[in-house]
Amino acid sequence: MYLTREEEAILEGEQGPTLQKAMEILSALGDIYGADGLVPIKSAQIAGVSYKTIGDAGFEWISDLKGTVVVPSMLNPAGMDLTRWQEMGIDEEFASKQIQIIEAYRRLGVRCGCTCTPYHIDKTLAKFGDHLAWSESSAVSYANSVIGARTNREGGPSALSAALIGKTPNYGYHLDENRVPTVTVKIDSKLEGADYGALGHLVGSMVGSGVPLFKLASRPANTELKALGAAMAASGAVALYHVQDVTPEAGLYQETTDTIIIERAQIDEVFGKGCQDEPDLVALGCPHYSADELEQVAKLLEGKNLDREVWICTSRNIRDANPDLVNKIESTGAKVIVDTCMVVSPATDRFGCVLTDSGKALNYIPGLCGVGSRLATINDCLRGGDNN
Amino acid sequence: MGSVDPVTGIVVEDGHELEGKCLSGKVLVFPQGKGSTVGSYVMYQLKKNNVAPAAIINRSAEPIVVVGAIISDIPMVDSTDLNPIEIIKNGDIVRVDGTKGVVTIL
Repeated sequence: MYLTREEEAILEGEQGPTLQKAMEILSALGDIYGADGLVPIKSAQIAGVSYKTIGDAGFEWISDLKGTVVVPSMLNPAGMDLTRWQEMGIDEEFASKQIQIIEAYRRLGVRCGCTCTPYHIDKTLAKFGDHLAWSESSAVSYANSVIGARTNREGGPSALSAALIGKTPNYGYHLDENRVPTVTVKIDSKLEGADYGALGHLVGSMVGSGVPLFKLASRPANTELKALGAAMAASGAVALYHVQDVTPEAGLYQETTDTIIIERAQIDEVFGKGCQDEPDLVALGCPHYSADELEQVAKLLEGKNLDREVWICTSRNIRDANPDLVNKIESTGAKVIVDTCMVVSPATDRFGCVLTDSGKALNYIPGLCGVGSRLATINDCLRGGDNN
Repeated sequence: MGSVDPVTGIVVEDGHELEGKCLSGKVLVFPQGKGSTVGSYVMYQLKKNNVAPAAIINRSAEPIVVVGAIISDIPMVDSTDLNPIEIIKNGDIVRVDGTKGVVTIL
């Protein structure tokens, strides 16, 4: 991969060992992926935050770095709510390590958005056409597909390296030719809410790392697109999709030669699978809920007095900006959890069967938490468990 | 992630053909890496605990192992002219030049 004189100098260590390592990583990855050079980025989203996933190993590496990121950089969710971890059942040892990890990132200038939805809290991080180095699969999908920005699914170390250098290798979805749809997916029935997560769950495993172009009978809201993309990135490796007449780049493309038809019955099947026991945890907000979604939850929970565990996951920024909604929700017994989620927090591990409206959580909970999962609409998730 | 104990360097993945074997100081030869990018950090910890492989030879480079090798300063070679999986046998002594990208069976 071509490096400018300045980039070569960094690689040779002229700006210190941390930037040298960062440039080594970007340069090696650029070579593997056949990039023609580095492209400047608008923002970075950094994976490898939860102590549950990176452990002492990752913590040590991040702590050993010395420098400051040169573009706005936000963290992925951590393993716990950074202030209310005790209520989640997290032990002190884990909490202490988790807080130290966040501190290590802060020293590098990385903000703890600690969310998979940075686009909900700061719209300047990604606009149409911007090149990014984002690393959380659902956020990558949203940035590429709904916003029309350009990013690959970066790894933890590569996103951090890109944030320190301010550039990332120019390959994959940064290039026009890789944004062309590879398969058309057609659904004749109208979809709403969790249907989109179910659709994503199905389509992800069918198309792998392809670029689907959807022809739908209903018009998804951004939050429904969020669910669709997240589920596809979990059951498959979809980082970019288009929805005819909806997403910003869809109009550039004609239908592809390959078409997949999805029937309503297939969507319904996704709702039927998973653990069949009475759920002992209801977990929503994967990806993190927006303010509108919190409002929907508040309405559905109105007047209830819950007798089972209900978690609503969102970002700290959204929670802090909507205190009335949060109060309404929490007065019913539900917990609004921030900085983390039911998938990456060890707090989920003690349950038996998790009910969720997220196609992504449906996919990850069994493997990452050793617990059963089942998909339901948001209405069904919040119905019942009522002491009144 | 989850396949190697970062403290002992022993392969713990259930059913893996190297299960129970210790990687410390060995030249590790395998086709390609897989899994979460967190795997790169596990390699770093192996190095810090002095139980990392001495070098890595892959059929084809994949980001998790490459990044792991870089942050841990473990010499790594991939895409050699001949297939290392077929040619190198357990117990062979090899010299790995990570800078030149050359593997020699001694």
